[in-house]
Amino acid sequence: MAIIEAQGITKVYSLGDINVNALSGVSLTIKKGGFAAVMGPSGSGKSTFMNILGCLDKPTNGKYLLEDIDIGNLERDELAGIRNKKIGFIFQGFNLLPRASAIENVELPMLYGGISVKERRQRAMAVLKGVGLEGREDHHPNQLSGGQQQRVAIARALVNDAPIILADEPTGNLDSKTSAEIMELFVKLNTESNITIILVTHENDIAAYSRRIIKFLDGRIIADEQKERL
Amino acid sequence: MINIPSTLRISFRALKVNKMRSALTMLGIIIGVGAVIAMLAVGTGASKKIAEQISSMGSNLLIILPGATTAGGVRMGAGTQPTLTMGDAEAIQKECPAVQDVAPILNGVAQVVYGHQNWSTGVVGTTPGMLSVRDWSLASGRPFTQQDVKSATKVCLLGQTVVDNLFGDMDPVRQIIRIKKVPFTVIGVLTKKGQSAHGQDQDDTIYVPVTTAQKKLFGTTFPGMVRIMMVKAKSTEDLAPAEKQINELLRQRHHIGQKQENDFTVRNLTQIMETAEQSTKVMTLLLGAIASVSLLVGGIGIMNIMLVSVTERTREIGIRMAIGAKTWDIRLQFIIEALTLSLVGGIVGIIVGVSGSKILSVLAGWSTVISPFSILLAFGFSGLVGIFFGFYPAYKASLLDPIDALRYE
Repeated sequence: MAIIEAQGITKVYSLGDINVNALSGVSLTIKKGGFAAVMGPSGSGKSTFMNILGCLDKPTNGKYLLEDIDIGNLERDELAGIRNKKIGFIFQGFNLLPRASAIENVELPMLYGGISVKERRQRAMAVLKGVGLEGREDHHPNQLSGGQQQRVAIARALVNDAPIILADEPTGNLDSKTSAEIMELFVKLNTESNITIILVTHENDIAAYSRRIIKFLDGRIIADEQKERL
Repeated sequence: MINIPSTLRISFRALKVNKMRSALTMLGIIIGVGAVIAMLAVGTGASKKIAEQISSMGSNLLIILPGATTAGGVRMGAGTQPTLTMGDAEAIQKECPAVQDVAPILNGVAQVVYGHQNWSTGVVGTTPGMLSVRDWSLASGRPFTQQDVKSATKVCLLGQTVVDNLFGDMDPVRQIIRIKKVPFTVIGVLTKKGQSAHGQDQDDTIYVPVTTAQKKLFGTTFPGMVRIMMVKAKSTEDLAPAEKQINELLRQRHHIGQKQENDFTVRNLTQIMETAEQSTKVMTLLLGAIASVSLLVGGIGIMNIMLVSVTERTREIGIRMAIGAKTWDIRLQFIIEALTLSLVGGIVGIIVGVSGSKILSVLAGWSTVISPFSILLAFGFSGLVGIFFGFYPAYKASLLDPIDALRYE
């Protein structure tokens, strides 16, 4: 069953008089429980594509179905609702709220999902425990290591039971040992919880954790290969 | 769906992070609210004082002045020509149904001596009706009677200031004082009345029978002359009819023809005082309005700081949007932050305003009255300022593009 279905997606930015084709006709289907790595040089359109997959941006042309919902027809607040319920974002720079504690950061998506205070606390505690941060709930981001901060971000992405995780160079700011730990966590989430994971990376050894590699160049997919996880 | 308690917590935390900035922003609102409350307190105090003075003067008062007429084509000011007599006073009392009491007055300034003490004061020759006209009672002794007036006895009533200056703590009743060297027996002491609307000490006075004043103290250009008359109407509604009746009666008594002008003037004192009270109320509103300008300036300060805050926290807004914050989640967050600033400022401002007006009344001796209305008004107004000036920054924040906001460094 396809959880993500993109058909002929284009994205055109107009910079003054010049039109820039960031994406020129991308079609892609990702099955539920898939684990794909998106690769390509900067300017290849992969970030634009990820923004569209994450419902942060809408395609200029083409159709994007997320769990059979046509994203192109949705209003701004409806997109926010989709992001809240369906998608967990992981960023290279973690993007935690610096003034909030770990548990408050994890509670944030539930706050906008309208979940009661009591349930928020319980679920956030459980998810933090799941990513190995038990006992660190009240630490602020600046009191945590990079790897720990990324784990908080992963907990935040998981807490609303989103079926999809979009990770934009999640290990870009981490050393190789911590990177390996984070990638193991992704693999575990993918195999044990059947969460669909799409990650952007420059590094082949990170892409090696995935089961499918999609390569972008000049706004097009130039390679899309299934493979066994190493 | 919007979660108010959590949004409140987020706002409080954001304000706590920039304590100094929040405090300075609040200062604008504190000064504004404090000024509104203090100004209204001063204004309300002034109108209350005037209202007290009106009632101390006596209620439903008319005053009849001689003159105010053309004398050979030359207009004379009211009170310049002695035209009123004792006979007029008696006629008004008898023939004007809307009049309750009449007090003819012949007064002057005189030196008063008791023992080694002497004092210069206003001596008022009048009739027993005076006490009722001025709503004035005696602290001790007895008032003088119609009999005293008829036989021009040398008796007097003293105001408190005169008593204090001549007698100190001694009881003046039945003592003999000399007014312009004429001996008078003190038969009573008036209660304390305080200052008049013009700041005169109303207690610095002596009442004597009007006939005694005419014959022994001030003299008259013609027999039975009085300088002015004070008239008390039966009720507020009777003021206008009384004025009309007195006009008609005196025109007839003074033989004034159809086309001639009056040789007397009737003034409605109560009306004049009420006008004064009205203008103080307008003054109060004006003061309040001026003070609210500073509240407005405080509001602009809030808007300024909220705009800075939105820019500084662009990335935070981007994160919130990415994980599902809707337009109104973002808007409410910033509106509540602005509202918190203005309401906390409002509460501190109320404390500042209330204590400020207390200090004013102690230091400057102004009477200040803090009405619950002015506190509610200032507080409500500061809330409105918060919402009004918080809305634009909040609106701006909610329109940010999540992708750009996330990339913001």
